[in-house]
Amino acid sequence: MDMEAAKMIGAGLAAVGAGLAALGVGNVFASFLEGALRNPGAADSQQGRLFIGFAAAELLGLLAFLVAVILVFVA
Amino acid sequence: MAAQEGKVDPMKQFQIEPLFGSGWEVAGFNIAFTNSALWMAITVVLLWAFVAGGMKRELVPGRWQMAVETMTGFIDDMLAANIGKEGRKYVPYIFSLFMFILFGNLLGLLPIGLFPGAHPFTFTSHFTITGVLALLSFSIVLLVGFWKHGFGFFGLFVPHETPVPMIPLLFVIELFSFMIRPISLALRLFVAMMAGHVLLKILATFVIDALNAGPALGATVGPAALLLMIAISALEILVAGIQAYVFALLSSLYINDAENLH
Repeated sequence: MDMEAAKMIGAGLAAVGAGLAALGVGNVFASFLEGALRNPGAADSQQGRLFIGFAAAELLGLLAFLVAVILVFVA
Repeated sequence: MAAQEGKVDPMKQFQIEPLFGSGWEVAGFNIAFTNSALWMAITVVLLWAFVAGGMKRELVPGRWQMAVETMTGFIDDMLAANIGKEGRKYVPYIFSLFMFILFGNLLGLLPIGLFPGAHPFTFTSHFTITGVLALLSFSIVLLVGFWKHGFGFFGLFVPHETPVPMIPLLFVIELFSFMIRPISLALRLFVAMMAGHVLLKILATFVIDALNAGPALGATVGPAALLLMIAISALEILVAGIQAYVFALLSSLYINDAENLH
């Protein structure tokens, strides 16, 4: 296979990782909302942890994006 | 990847250019005043003006003072919740960090490109800048940790009541997760900002190309892409706030590790 084509296919495959991270981020907020609606009194105190979970889930998607960028622009 | 003829290059917006001509070489280093430096200077001036406007210390605060006090109070509460009462001494640092990133993110979104020749520049979309900010937080963690606890700071890598056979393994894992912190901190902000701006530029390309491709596509794809752009712009404002908040929050959590171990 042509090297350039292989890089583009690799970058496209890396986008799958970004989509999976979207599931993760959605799951973080969905779970938080589910818990917050059951016990609204405790919701505000857990907002910091919500964003920590969001940051951790998001980072993995950003790594996938980084792989795509490196394949397209650097490699 | 160079831009092909007649195509919009979405990465061009991140190009760093010297503003006052080239030839600023000093001892092998280029010290030219770049557009990145200009936007950092603008951010600092606006931030200074914002805070100075709220420093009147009136008993009954006006709107401006209220706005500034809300921001400082927000950071104060965050540090009190995450670190405890020792956290107050970090309010100036975390506040400056949060506001600098927030202003930088938001200024990069301003539609200054409407004026010919002017371009907004998001300096937080560069790894060098977010990397230095992350290293600043990481250095504070290391300095405070070793200052307060001496070599006891290494106890951070061994959770309480770890079975002895597990200690070497856990130490390596915890050390790795500790060392990756500045990289992940810098990477998150830089990639989030860059991805958003690239996305906006690509959608703008859709609008331009659709209008150039004739009336049929111009009437269907063009307005749809424009609507999407407006929605994504709103999302980007949200992301600008969230990323600044996450950076400050994680910095304060890391400082908490240094202050209190765990």
